[in-house]
Amino acid sequence: MPSHDVLVIGAGLAGQRAALAAAEEGVSVGIISKVHPVRSHSNAAQGGINAALNPGDSWESHAFDTIKGSDYLGDQDAVEIMTREAPEEILHLEHLGVTFHRNEEGKLGTRAFGGASAARTYYVADITGQAIMHVLYEQLMKYSEQIARYEEWFCSSLAIDENGECCGVVTRNVADGSMELFQAKSVILCTGGNGMVWKPSTNALICTGDGIAMAYRAGAKLMDMEMIQYHPTTLAGKGFLITEGARGEGAHLLNAKGERFMEKYAPNKMELASRDVVSRAEQTEINEGRGFPDGTVALDITVVPKKRVHEALREIVLVGRDFAGVDITREPIHIKPGNHYTMGGVKTDVDGRTDIPGLYSAGETACVSVHGGNRLGANSLLDTLIFGKRSGRDAAARAKRIDYARASKQVLEDEENLVADIIGREKGSGRRISEIKLELGQTMDAKVAVFRDEAGITEALETVRRLKEEAKTAYIDDHGSVFNQDLIAAIELGYMLDNAECTCVAALERKESRGAQYRTDFPERNDEEWLKHIDLERTDDGPEISYSEVTITQWEPQERTY
Amino acid sequence: MADYTIKVRRFQPESGEGPYWEEFNVDLDPSLSVLDGLLQAKDREDGSLAVRCSCRAAICGSCGMKINGQSGLGCKTQIGEAQELADKQASATGKGGEGNSIVIEPMGNMPVIKDLITDMESTHWTKIRRVTPWLLPHGEPPEREYIVEPESMIDITQSMACIQCGACVSSCLSMEADPGFIGPAALAKAYRFVGDPRDAETHERLHDLANDPHGIYDCTHCFSCIDACPKGVAPMDQIMRLRRKAGEEGIDDPNSGHDHEIAFVKIIEKKGTLDESLLLQESFAPGFKGKLKPNKRAIREMLGSIPTAIRGIKTGKMRSLHKLIPGVHKKLPDQDDVKAIYAHAEEHSEEFNLYIKGEEGELAEENVEKGIERSTDPDTAQEVKNG
Repeated sequence: MPSHDVLVIGAGLAGQRAALAAAEEGVSVGIISKVHPVRSHSNAAQGGINAALNPGDSWESHAFDTIKGSDYLGDQDAVEIMTREAPEEILHLEHLGVTFHRNEEGKLGTRAFGGASAARTYYVADITGQAIMHVLYEQLMKYSEQIARYEEWFCSSLAIDENGECCGVVTRNVADGSMELFQAKSVILCTGGNGMVWKPSTNALICTGDGIAMAYRAGAKLMDMEMIQYHPTTLAGKGFLITEGARGEGAHLLNAKGERFMEKYAPNKMELASRDVVSRAEQTEINEGRGFPDGTVALDITVVPKKRVHEALREIVLVGRDFAGVDITREPIHIKPGNHYTMGGVKTDVDGRTDIPGLYSAGETACVSVHGGNRLGANSLLDTLIFGKRSGRDAAARAKRIDYARASKQVLEDEENLVADIIGREKGSGRRISEIKLELGQTMDAKVAVFRDEAGITEALETVRRLKEEAKTAYIDDHGSVFNQDLIAAIELGYMLDNAECTCVAALERKESRGAQYRTDFPERNDEEWLKHIDLERTDDGPEISYSEVTITQWEPQERTY
Repeated sequence: MADYTIKVRRFQPESGEGPYWEEFNVDLDPSLSVLDGLLQAKDREDGSLAVRCSCRAAICGSCGMKINGQSGLGCKTQIGEAQELADKQASATGKGGEGNSIVIEPMGNMPVIKDLITDMESTHWTKIRRVTPWLLPHGEPPEREYIVEPESMIDITQSMACIQCGACVSSCLSMEADPGFIGPAALAKAYRFVGDPRDAETHERLHDLANDPHGIYDCTHCFSCIDACPKGVAPMDQIMRLRRKAGEEGIDDPNSGHDHEIAFVKIIEKKGTLDESLLLQESFAPGFKGKLKPNKRAIREMLGSIPTAIRGIKTGKMRSLHKLIPGVHKKLPDQDDVKAIYAHAEEHSEEFNLYIKGEEGELAEENVEKGIERSTDPDTAQEVKNG
């Protein structure tokens, strides 16, 4: 049985950073990823990473912006840690080789981003996530003796020992279909978000909420699952992301009448208000008939100097050209709000610890919570790195303290039986996996999106529960062992349905409007009753609801205007 | 919506059978991608159709494949365009008609594992690791960031833009001939460190890559990788930059490319035209000093080239005898204009890089259409400056 002191599941930024941090502590590390690490979705973070590193800027200012952005649902102790440690992390990345943009003096240069009171976003053109992740992967290659990489291995279940502690994980080598139980003293879940639950989504096809579902099934609490970010600028229909960097560089949002409508909704910050605010503004324009016939509004990048567009927004020049047939330097591009980010997730403390000893989580999978009801642009990369690092260190410290627990082979047998069951289903015995996925995605996008109400969410929840039943008999075409993507899709569908159910339950429960949760039947924020986290725990009858306090250190909730 | 037929080269390793072709009919908007077409076939007809994919937006690098014989990304190739190309290719081979099948194959130069999934580990990642792909700075890092020229970061960001999709490797003709060739992706990655002012091992890296018989001089300059790259990394350009840097380091180029390049530049600067008779000697025995004391290699190369020169005259490739006599070419009357071009080039010494000069890139494309060479037209260059 392969054993590692620390086992990291997922190899995006959070996972790679966690693995490197754990290895620095001198323990043995394994990192498992269902795709090759550089295919991970952290790649897609275009705009940059926030840190109060400039003279004149302060971590307090960064923290306040983050907390205000979160609509006061972020835990302020966690936000303080993240914003305090941000500058050191940026410098660390720079020293590792990230090719950050420089100012004329050759020092690190910044750009403006939404919801921020200072230009504190560090960037590499508009490939910041990719540039950082490839540099971290360089480090993984460099430290290959300390960190074993399991590239294209899929995880299907956590192993919990008789004391209720996490002691390993069941994996499947995608290349040959062999299944194994990996033993570990600490397991860190860094599998990203659950965007595939919605269709369309800016997320990659791999973002199926694996870690969130695995933790939930193992008995860990989830938190703030109703908080799903809709990004203001995605390509209609296809869900491709146009970076907030475009608005950071000065691009305007226009309705079909050519009006710069953000004047009405956020007269001070305009296009650079928080994402939830901008997305709602756009959706209101569209719903009230001031959008274009294709259900969009326009993003006008032509007001940004052409040279600057080519230098700083090259990726979206390509996206516009290749995916929308629009030259963004010459004409506005049609956009709409689209599913983008999972603020909620596995409930953790500031060292990534979940409710299950030995089980950690970081990045989009986790909910520390630093993003609360709404994540600020360029805070996601920061979250992955800071809490990836902290999880890795704490997981290593735990591994040094304890011995390997004996993982029961039962969990492996259960998974093998499940796989045999899925593969054994007769063609036509039920629906196709892809059909169920499509119905799930369309339902969630229609009912649990920018604007929500009780009737809609209830309808979505009923659909999700029906689909869960249907998934039990859904059949696949591929009965082989080598790269059986069909089988993996079936298991992922199960993850997605658990995620969806939790989001619906939490969205129904929160009877107020805060951050990304906007209830048309409860349009006001209600601090008296709802300034609290919604925690969910798995039972056989569905998620059980409980509440936990929001940590407030020095910023009392205020009215939120931009 | 429109109907398309995609013809996929399939291989199911557990079936005990060899590769075969299968056609799928799909129905989607022409602006959607070839990958969308494949996924539709997979969703609706056959879930065992294997293809790596994730982001659908040309950023994760998973879906490298050959479409109508051309290496690229499935997600970045619009199916409508792929159809046009398929029809064009068919008419070129005399088949003609519309609605020809769009042919999809796994990437080349790599073993196929299943359908469109190839073994990138053995052919791509092994070579990436070959170039010591991590920064090697000297000593402790500074307290703050390294202070570097802003352009230097933008410069290497072009190679950082590589998403490791393998399309360049798939298209590489040198690798077809020499599977040991380190290849376009890994060498572009190498430039990312050689060009990084924070890296302290530039010298060692260059010697390593130059001395390896499968290294930087193994590229045949065929441009395939530039065509294939979906991210504008232009791997061959990065290889040429490595060669140039190697030349500056005094590394002997077995192909003499660097010396040859310098000889071209100097002769034109001096004469206002290319005096071919000077090319050989300037390449191997440059300047007065070189001619006074030619080294062994220079003598060998010059004697060795005599048969080529004779053949050149015989076949009319070298049009007149006087071109063989050194220095017969007179300076051209408008040589000052040529000098002006040199002066301008020196003033704007940055190399062509999309990250710095997106607009120039655009202009270059437009100019190619107009049949104007970017680098030799001062007016265009002026426009670029103002743009």
